[in-house]
Amino acid sequence: MTGEKGLPPPTCCAGRQRCCPASGRRQVPHWQTGQLATPAGMVPRVATRLQTRDKLGAWRVRWGLGRMDYRVPPGLYAVGDPDGNAPVLVSANYKLSFDRLRRELAGLSLWLLVLDTGGINVWCAAGKGTFGTGELVRRLEAVQLDRVISHRTIILPQLAAPGVAAHEVKRRSGFRVLYGPVRAGDIPAFLKDGAKAAPAMRLVRFGLLDRLALVPVELVAMARPAGVLFLALLVLNLAGGGPPVALLGRALSGFIPFLGAMLAGTVLVPALLPYLPGRAFAGKGWLSGLLWTAVYAFLIAPGSGWMATASYFLILPAIAAFLALNFTGSSTYTSLSGVVREMGIALPAIVVSAGLGAVGLIVSRLL
Amino acid sequence: MKDRYLRNVVTLRFDAARCDGCGLCLEVCPRQVFAREGKAIAIVDRDACMECGACARNCHRGAVTVRAGVGCAYAILMSRLRRRGTCCGETCGCSLEEDPTA
Repeated sequence: MTGEKGLPPPTCCAGRQRCCPASGRRQVPHWQTGQLATPAGMVPRVATRLQTRDKLGAWRVRWGLGRMDYRVPPGLYAVGDPDGNAPVLVSANYKLSFDRLRRELAGLSLWLLVLDTGGINVWCAAGKGTFGTGELVRRLEAVQLDRVISHRTIILPQLAAPGVAAHEVKRRSGFRVLYGPVRAGDIPAFLKDGAKAAPAMRLVRFGLLDRLALVPVELVAMARPAGVLFLALLVLNLAGGGPPVALLGRALSGFIPFLGAMLAGTVLVPALLPYLPGRAFAGKGWLSGLLWTAVYAFLIAPGSGWMATASYFLILPAIAAFLALNFTGSSTYTSLSGVVREMGIALPAIVVSAGLGAVGLIVSRLL
Repeated sequence: MKDRYLRNVVTLRFDAARCDGCGLCLEVCPRQVFAREGKAIAIVDRDACMECGACARNCHRGAVTVRAGVGCAYAILMSRLRRRGTCCGETCGCSLEEDPTA
């Protein structure tokens, strides 16, 4: 990467990552289309059209497969044919973020400064401070941006603001930070309007599609505990004896109420989040779990006996409540103080309720 | 519709005496917590705050303070259990896909 003179070895290869071959030159990435000569050296040009493998890669990370290796080398890139007056956009080196950004830039000519955020998206990296003032100032120096462009303004995603202090950047590097829109899709309109963001461009959204996009990862995260539970039910049912098919059938029918509670917490809650009553996530989860428990106990498996039924009412809504509580981290409007307060009340209640339910369920089997 | 979380819980504080009205907090806040009232800035929707810390970090007069953090139950739980589990890490339920810049 000749455009990065003076840079330390690419940090994308540091630490536990193995993204580069041990020896030899780095391959030209498939999203690079030629290079551009600048006063600070050659700068790679990026394509604004995504290829099938980019889309496939996005699908893979959505399902939690190999997501930690999804990064691009930090540095300066060109889009189109930028000159010294072209705007500069700053972004993170998580490839999903990078792809979403470049696909919106077709027909534009500008510079793209990719920071090393450890392969993490803008929002999370800013919260952690890796998309921060220090990294930005260092990267500006490393790529010698002052030699490439004649102006002194850089455009950051608005959601980088938790990590970057605009006045500090100005003081330390001389560059003025402008905060652009929240969403990459608004960047063409933002630039066209003289780098002004309409109020709607400044708001985070959490619509149905945004919420549902998070469901796959939640499901994958749950596969393991669900598998453990199923195995436990198999073992518990060994005592009943009988042919393997009957054994499997009993374990499966014992698993269904739990599966429903898990889906209530990880699918129903994200889907219906704004419509479920109350404000606490655990409460929303508990209610959806309660709904499922009622459906199961009165419609699917009536006549399970009063003790088993009561135990299900203790354990299943608690499971859904816990999973909904976990969804706070995926939402875009919960605060640390709010989650701490919610957890203080919900967690003990969940543990006690689920514990009592588990004991009750086992006792009801023994009776 | 603005999503609503718990009432009266956030740590956001604003010291109007220090504010010079530059308005950067209005720009960086993704939840429209601040508004301009005449020349001055005021908090108009404190409960919408998610404590991301963007306003405080970018206030060159130090007029805004907040205990910034991520509202992620999993991360809080993991750090209480003294396990390495910051938000957005490999094992965290707070997914890397949570990228509202999309």
